[in-house]
Parts: sequence; C-alpha cells; structure tokens
Amino acid sequence: MIANLPVLQVLIPLGCAPLCVLLRRRSLAWLVFLMAALGSLACAAVLARQVAAHGPLHYAVGGWAPPYGIEFVVAGYNTPVLLVVSGAAVAAAVYSLGSVRTEIDDRRAPLLYTFLCLTLGGLLGLTVTGDVFNAFVFLEISSLSTYAMVALGPRRRALPAAFRYLVIGTVGATFVLIGIGLAYAVTGTLNMADLAARLAAADSDRALYAAAVFVFVGLAVKAAVFPLHAWLPGAYGEAPSTVSTFLAATSTKVALYVLCRLTFTVFGAGLVFGTMPVGRIGLLAGGLAAVAASAVACFQTDLKYLLAWSSIAQIGYILAGISLGTAAGVSAAYLHLINHAVIKASLFAAAGLVLVRLGSVQLSALAGLGRRMPWTFAAIVIAGLGLVGVPPTAGFAGKWALASALIEAGQWPVLVAMLVSSLLALGYIGRIVETAWFREPASVAEPSGAPASMTAVVWVLVAVSVVFGLDAALPASLAESAAEALLNGGG
Amino acid sequence: MTTFTVINFTLLTILTVTALVIARLRALYEAAMLTALSSLVTASLFVLMDAVDVAFTEAAVGVGISTVLLLGVLALTRSREAVTPRHRHLPAIAVTALTGGLLVYAAQDLPAFGSADSPVQRHPVTEVYLHQSQKEIGVPNTVTAVLASYRALDTLGELVVVFAAGTAVLLLLGPLTHGKRRQNLDLMEYKVLRVVSSLLMPFVLVFALYVLFHGDFGPGGGFQAGVIFATGFVLHGLVFGLDKSQRVLPPAALGSLVPLGLGLFVGLGVVTMLLGGSFLDYGTLLPTGGPAAQHLGILTVEVAIGITVAAVMTSIFFAFAGRRPTR
Repeated sequence: MIANLPVLQVLIPLGCAPLCVLLRRRSLAWLVFLMAALGSLACAAVLARQVAAHGPLHYAVGGWAPPYGIEFVVAGYNTPVLLVVSGAAVAAAVYSLGSVRTEIDDRRAPLLYTFLCLTLGGLLGLTVTGDVFNAFVFLEISSLSTYAMVALGPRRRALPAAFRYLVIGTVGATFVLIGIGLAYAVTGTLNMADLAARLAAADSDRALYAAAVFVFVGLAVKAAVFPLHAWLPGAYGEAPSTVSTFLAATSTKVALYVLCRLTFTVFGAGLVFGTMPVGRIGLLAGGLAAVAASAVACFQTDLKYLLAWSSIAQIGYILAGISLGTAAGVSAAYLHLINHAVIKASLFAAAGLVLVRLGSVQLSALAGLGRRMPWTFAAIVIAGLGLVGVPPTAGFAGKWALASALIEAGQWPVLVAMLVSSLLALGYIGRIVETAWFREPASVAEPSGAPASMTAVVWVLVAVSVVFGLDAALPASLAESAAEALLNGGG
Repeated sequence: MTTFTVINFTLLTILTVTALVIARLRALYEAAMLTALSSLVTASLFVLMDAVDVAFTEAAVGVGISTVLLLGVLALTRSREAVTPRHRHLPAIAVTALTGGLLVYAAQDLPAFGSADSPVQRHPVTEVYLHQSQKEIGVPNTVTAVLASYRALDTLGELVVVFAAGTAVLLLLGPLTHGKRRQNLDLMEYKVLRVVSSLLMPFVLVFALYVLFHGDFGPGGGFQAGVIFATGFVLHGLVFGLDKSQRVLPPAALGSLVPLGLGLFVGLGVVTMLLGGSFLDYGTLLPTGGPAAQHLGILTVEVAIGITVAAVMTSIFFAFAGRRPTR
C-alpha cells in the first residue's frame, strides 16, 4: 500500500464524502471527517519524508504510463502544500466539534462534513496531480464544495456572498479551462512534463501566450489576487467559522501553488518572466494588494471581514515573492505561505470563538473583551502581532525572507509597499486591541462558555505560529526544497 | 465553398444570434427555452465534428434536463429579469471584449479546422487512443476507452462534481431545509398526456439501459444513460404529480443512491489496489487480465456513473418541484 500513497492522499477524503452522506448522524459524520483529515495528514507526512530522502515520486493512475494516462507527482514543490492543507483539515475537524454544533442544525451537519471532505480531497488532488486537465477537474470539485459551504453561513447574507463567489469563481475556472484547451491544441498533450517539453518546441507563439494569459488570469481569480479579489471578503466573512478557518489556510494558497507549478514547470520561467511581462504585473499587483487591501481592512467594522481583507494583502506578499522568479523570492513566498496559513487560521478560529461566546464579531461588540475573555484576547494579540510581522513571530520570519529577496532583486518600490502595508496592519490590529482593552463593554452579561475543542485549536495554532517564529528550521527547509525543485525543473 | 462549410457557418450564425437574444431578453421563460435551442445547435455542431458522444451528452443534458431544471427554478422565483443599471454593464462588456479579442488573437496560430497535420494528430497519444486501445482494451468506441479507462480518474472527478452539485441542492433547497411544501400539482386531467406518457415511460427506461450497456460499442455511457433515466422520472413527476413519483422513488432511497454510485466507483479503485495494481488498474480484476478485465472494469464504472447521475438529477428535480414559490 505504501506505493499507493500518492493516490491514497486524495482518495481517503474523497471516499469519505459519500460515507458522510450515508451515515446521516452528526457525530458519525464528524468522526469520518476527522479520520479523513488524520489519514491525509499521515499520508502527507510519510510522503514528505520519502521525497526528502529519495526524490520525487511518480504514480501512474490506472497503470497507464503518462502521457497516455494521468500521473500524480509528489516532489519538493508540493509536499509543503500537502502538509499545510491536511494539517489545516485536522485543525478544522477538531474545531468543528464545538463550532458546527452552534451554527448548523443536526440534519444538515452531515452534509457540511461531506463538503469538507470533498474540499479537502479536491485541494489535495489539485496539489498532487501532474496533468493539467485533471487539475481542472479537482479545481471544480474543491470550488463547487466551497460555494456550498459558504452558503451555509449563519446569516442570510451568506447566500448572496456564496452566489457572488460562484459566479466569479466559475468565470475563473472557465478561463483556466480555455487556457488548458489552447495549450492542448498546440501540443496535443495534457501531461505537465510532456507539455513543458513540447511547449518549448512549439512555434505557435500567439496561441501559447493566450494560453498562459487565460490560465494565469483564471488562477489569479481563484487565488483572490488584487484586483480580482471581489469574492473573498464576503465568502470568508459569511461562511461558518469552521469553514472560514479551513479556507483561510488553504484555498487561495493551493491556487498560488498551482500558479507556481505551471509557471516554473510547464510554461517555463523563460517564457513567463522573459518574453511575457507576467513577473512585472505580479509585482505590481502584489504591491498594490499589500497597500490597498490593508488600508481597506483598517475601515472594517466586522472582525471576520477585517481578517478577510488582511488575507488579500498577505496574498499580495506571496505573489510578489513568486513574481521575482528568483530562488530567494520563491522560497520566501513558500515560507510566508506556510506561516500565513497558520496565523490566519488561528485568527479566524479565534473570531469563531468570539462569535460563539458573545454572539457577534462586530468590532463594537468586542469592547471590553480584554477583561471579559482575557485568554481569547491574548490569542488574538499574539496571532495579530504575527500578522504585522513583529519578531519573534512566524510572520516576521516570512516577511524578513521576502524583504531580503526584494532587496536582492532591487525591487525597492515593492519593499516600500510592504513596509507601508505592515504599518497599516499595525493600525488594524491596534484598532482591535484598542476596542477590546480600553473601551467599556456595552453589556455586562457574562459571555457563554467556550467549547474546549475550539479553545484547544486556537491555542495549538497560536503556539505553532510562535514556534515557527522562534525556530524556523522546519518551514524554512520545506520552503527551500520547494524553490529548489521548482527552479531546477525537478519533478 | 463546400456544403460542410455552409452548414457550419449557418449553425454558428444561429448560435451567435441565439446567444445575443438570450442576453437581451428580460422574459426569463423565453430565455430558458432559447438556451435549449443553443444547446441543440451546439449538439449539431459536435455531430459535424464527429464527436457524437459529446453531442449526445449535450443533447440529453443541455436540451433535456437542464431546461426542465431552469423552468423549475423560474416556477419558484419571478420570471422577469430585474433591470440592471446601464453603467454596470460596462465592466462586463469590457471583460467580454478582452476575452473575445484574446481568443481571436490566439486563433491565428491554431491549426486549421480539421487539419490532419495538427500537433494533436501527430502526438503519440492520439495513435495509442485510436489504434492501440483496440488491442489493450478492445472497446470499439474509443471515447469510452479513454473516458472509462485511460483517463478514468477524470471521469471519477466529474462524478464527484455531479455528486457535489446534487448534495449542494439537497443542502440548500431539499427536504432538510424545512421550507414550505407546495401543494401537489399534476396534469392528471389531461387524458392524452397521461396515456402517452404512460406508454412512453417503459421505452424511456429501456432506452436508458440500452445507452448504458451499449456505451462500449456506440455513443453513450453512464452519464447519458443516467440523464435519460432521470428524464423518465421527471416526465412521470410532471404528469402524475410529485406525490405519486415519490411513492415510486422515495426521497430516502434516492438519498442513498446518490452516494452509492460514487462509492461503487471508488470501491472498484480500492479493489484494484488490494489486488496489487494501481488505483483503477482494471487489468488486475481478472487473472487473465487484458480486454476481458478492462470490459469488466468499464462496465462497473458505467453502472456506477449511471446510478449517481440518475439519482442526482431526479433529486434535484424533486427538490425544485417540491418547494412553494416565494416571489
């Protein structure tokens, strides 16, 4: 069975999805999702060790050798993503024990777990596949399940948010499909490695440029790259707490990974950064996102919306790192991707905890939080400092790596944008602290008790973010091997 | 100019005009009917390209079931589009123009339509799919060989998409939402409809089975068969009323059939792994391997697809038809 690990990684969550529907009991469905998440985390850990020891793994699905059949590839560039996604799923599974009970009724909860399994399977499949059309199929699975989960949000506004996400996301997915179709038309293959070899030899320049543009724009929509981010604040802000915690750590990150994978190992850095101005556009979009989205976050009145806008800014940082096209830049992007996943998941988890205990995440409702719920407040502050990038948090390690990569490449304007954005982040985190610590609470009602599962997840995530800040050896080595595998065309 | 070119031009012109009219129309019933027309024209274009399997799917899904579902949605909401302010059209027009322009730009480099010397034709994959598959898989319809064996994982993924869509509708609109039930509507007093649809039912269902099991030899397969099966129940539900249909097919049974088909597909993959092959390697199913084992695998997969697709389409229709309109 060890040889089948690359497919088991995806199959365990996908196979658990129909099981959740059949079981029809909240507790059983929860157990199935927890098992699926733990199973995929175990697969990811074993795969990461194997890749580190023996190099990339290739798996021919159905026994058909690529390019005739579909191939799964596990290499240095996707093991960090596999670990982040399945780790976030385990956190979401434990968190959901306390959280879903307060937000979704007994009859619909098993279906929420079905969609969590499907999203997990889709994102993992998107990460391991070595075939562009197969990647599109997994993109559809994860997107469709995400739309459904957002629509389950507690407020009525979740429905328009989900619909908006569905329309924008579908346009993005269609663009990806058109790009894949054009690449197929000029090469005759869908396998990524085969595509890379044949695209280099193809003389149909215009079709090739158009293919790259369609794929990149489509993925930029999925990754909520500024200015194509319109779906994100509503989707993260209105989704049930478990869902926003899971998605904030995973969905845009996987889209950014696919962007990296296609840039460096399919289209080739020469085409993307040399012939086409994708690198310059990426740096511009990243810099604008960092400043504009952070500025918007300062004016939000709802904690979850504030965090969502801050995510758009952080995506800008990661995109800027990738767009440098250098080993240092890509490695910094991966490091920030891992660290931001942990930090943002802990903040959304803490927001969910506040929602359960106070019944609202409006900033005005947070008044006096510092004295009424000191521990939750402390978690928000520590994770928030990570978001700003204060040493010794994980956020600092990622931003420091990114800043050195930018200096090395001489991209001063982007560096300035990053610094301004960090100051703005200090502004919006400061606003939370100001309200929570200095304002008098509007009501003196005792906050309701916190479910132990939710508190545990918040603190474990906060602890991980601090550990990654103090000793960045694990994430840094993962990020470096990822950059190495991508830039040397390894895989 | 050959007849072929003339037909293609005519069909593409009709398609474009239909699309423009749909975009302009504010009466949504008419727009829904026109989407059926555009699907029909698209299906005809696929036939001209010799892509009969795709044409079959487009006809069954686009013309048949999705039109019924669109009408089902319109029965629940208003059937006139709200007016969009003119200034909000501008970004949409800009995006559309950019996309179109980029496609035209790309098309200048694409191989000529029907060219025998395109990269796709020259690639060894085409040779393997068209000729070697006859020896390796032995299924006359190469589309089935590609979809159900060479790229079976994509097909599994598409089935998961159908499953997710069906579950999403159940989650948001289905019996779990405690919405107000609509009083039973039927067309029982129309004798002609009643008699004709009773006569048609067995043929629809037998045809669905034929399409399912004949997919190896001619156009068809699990997706199309599942949709045709579902149209049979949709017809029954429209004529005899939802209550009678749900007595034939209780929602609880449907709810179990939806995951069952997907489970069967995944289970087949697990069996092939336990037998020592890789995921969905049908060659391991029989000790002899070869085409016989491939046939067994393909047939199981098609049945699995048929079950889930039929159950999903029927339950989506039941979910729409069972709600009271909220205008």
